Amino acid sequence: MSLSRQDVEKIAHLARLLISEQQMPVYVTSLSAILAFVDQLAKVDTAGVAPMAHPLAGQTQRLRTDEVTETDQHDKYQANASAVQGGLYLVPRVIE
Amino acid sequence: MSLENHPKDAMLHDRSIGELGALLDRGEVSSLELTRHLLARIEALNPVLNALVSVTAAQAIAAASLADRRRAAGESGPLLGIPLIHKDIFCTDGVRTSCGSRMLDNFIAPYDATVVARLKAAGAVMLGKANMDEFAMGSSNETSFYGPVKNPWDLGKVPGGSSGGSAAAVAARLAPFATGTDTGGSIRQPAALTGVTGIKPTYGRVSRYGMIAFASSLDQAGVFTRSAADAATVLQAMAGFDPRDSTSVDLPVPDYRAALGASLKGLKIGLLKEFSDGLEPRNAALIEAALEVFRSLGAETLEMSLPNLPLSVPTYYVVAPAECSSNLSRFDGVRFGYRCEDPRDLMDLYKRSRGEGFGAEVKRRIMTGTYVLSAGYFDAYYLKAQKVRQLITNDFRAAFERVDLLLGPTTPTPAFAIGAKIDDPVTMYLNDIYTIGANLAGVPALSMPGGFIDGLPMGVQLIGPHFAEARLLNAAHQYQLATDWHDRVAPGIT
Repeated sequence: MSLSRQDVEKIAHLARLLISEQQMPVYVTSLSAILAFVDQLAKVDTAGVAPMAHPLAGQTQRLRTDEVTETDQHDKYQANASAVQGGLYLVPRVIE
Repeated sequence: MSLENHPKDAMLHDRSIGELGALLDRGEVSSLELTRHLLARIEALNPVLNALVSVTAAQAIAAASLADRRRAAGESGPLLGIPLIHKDIFCTDGVRTSCGSRMLDNFIAPYDATVVARLKAAGAVMLGKANMDEFAMGSSNETSFYGPVKNPWDLGKVPGGSSGGSAAAVAARLAPFATGTDTGGSIRQPAALTGVTGIKPTYGRVSRYGMIAFASSLDQAGVFTRSAADAATVLQAMAGFDPRDSTSVDLPVPDYRAALGASLKGLKIGLLKEFSDGLEPRNAALIEAALEVFRSLGAETLEMSLPNLPLSVPTYYVVAPAECSSNLSRFDGVRFGYRCEDPRDLMDLYKRSRGEGFGAEVKRRIMTGTYVLSAGYFDAYYLKAQKVRQLITNDFRAAFERVDLLLGPTTPTPAFAIGAKIDDPVTMYLNDIYTIGANLAGVPALSMPGGFIDGLPMGVQLIGPHFAEARLLNAAHQYQLATDWHDRVAPGIT
């Protein structure tokens, strides 16, 4: 599987990553090499095999009861944000 | 500070966890003295090794003093007052938790990971946070935002990755133990390349809460020590059910220390054809020598095959990037982490914060994952890989109906030169050819020192069935009673 520059630009957009002009050819080459490498899986006969859902057979995701168990640590968590005001996270204007 | 200031403590850093515990119990040394000794050693050696990205000296002094007070009050415990280093992937309340990334260079964790909390409760003293490949993506520790870690055995060589700082720190005797995580070999591979013991437990055995996620169906926390006996002590404190991790397993934790005396008579060890095919002759000779040690201890060895095992690396490089692209979507430049300067609009904020905050290998894996999960490719890549993963897991299950443990190499080669493979991702990925299978199947595995090639340490890997950590640790312990590879120290690191 070989990717074009256009393919990689589309993937980078979907992943919300800005890739510089200079770096783009490096990703076209390396992503194509990785996909060529994993393409060997296509030849494996997996007829009748269910995709693995959990590393431990018979295990399922546990659910907890819907109760408030955490205390409010708003200020502590927001201390890691780049821009906050009045307890709100600031981002560039979304609606004109 | 010069190390010569502490003649009385000169060899403290060479002591095992068990020996240090006895010294502390007898009052021959205090945790504070031990902690100061190791902090001085870190100050002297870390500028060369780059094994730690943060040294938490003030917190360490406070924690050591607390441990001494607890002991004076009559408390006791195998880790009470024992220093350690945490991989910088574990959240530590009030301490920067960078995950080796520019993205989290400014991130002060607001809570402790369960692993951190459990070791703290046991009285262990954190000296600092270990360097690592960015977001645990790498096999050489060269993808860290903070620069490569140097291998104590040869400063021009990599220590392996992704937990390279933890491995190098234990190998250089900066701490008697260090935590790590293993998604595709990130504990076992660096343990092998630096000559220490490293165990990746069964998936779900140790809580992932507060451990920054890379690939959630593969990630598992473990530990680096200088011996299997010490690993048993530390794993005892780390393992156990945690309601905060939805894949944590609610099963009792056996007494790992108590299991260390068992005879290996009649233990069946399988040697995989897939591991020995094409193995470099000197590596093959080390594996055969390890098998011979186990035979002399009463174990039976037999050759066997896991026919789908060679598909492990391509399977992993679909599943792991897919999960990584999903997990790392949380880094959006808004709530925490790196944010670009003067964003034009929200899309620009996302794209530039992520483009500038993540390094090259992390971006490569996010894009690989985004591609294999995208409409039109999901079935061909992701679902297909999860089916092949089931075949590999079935192979392991069938193998463990015939044998108690599998034995093989941890890595194809000893430590390679810094810079040798960093520009060729597929070649780099093949370093993990012997370790990835255990992650895909969720089974526990351990690497222990098993000899040298070109003066560099090599690892022998043991793999067991789900929840067979006690069997793995005992087998490694019996091997270490019969050999002295694990006692070798890197020249120049005294």
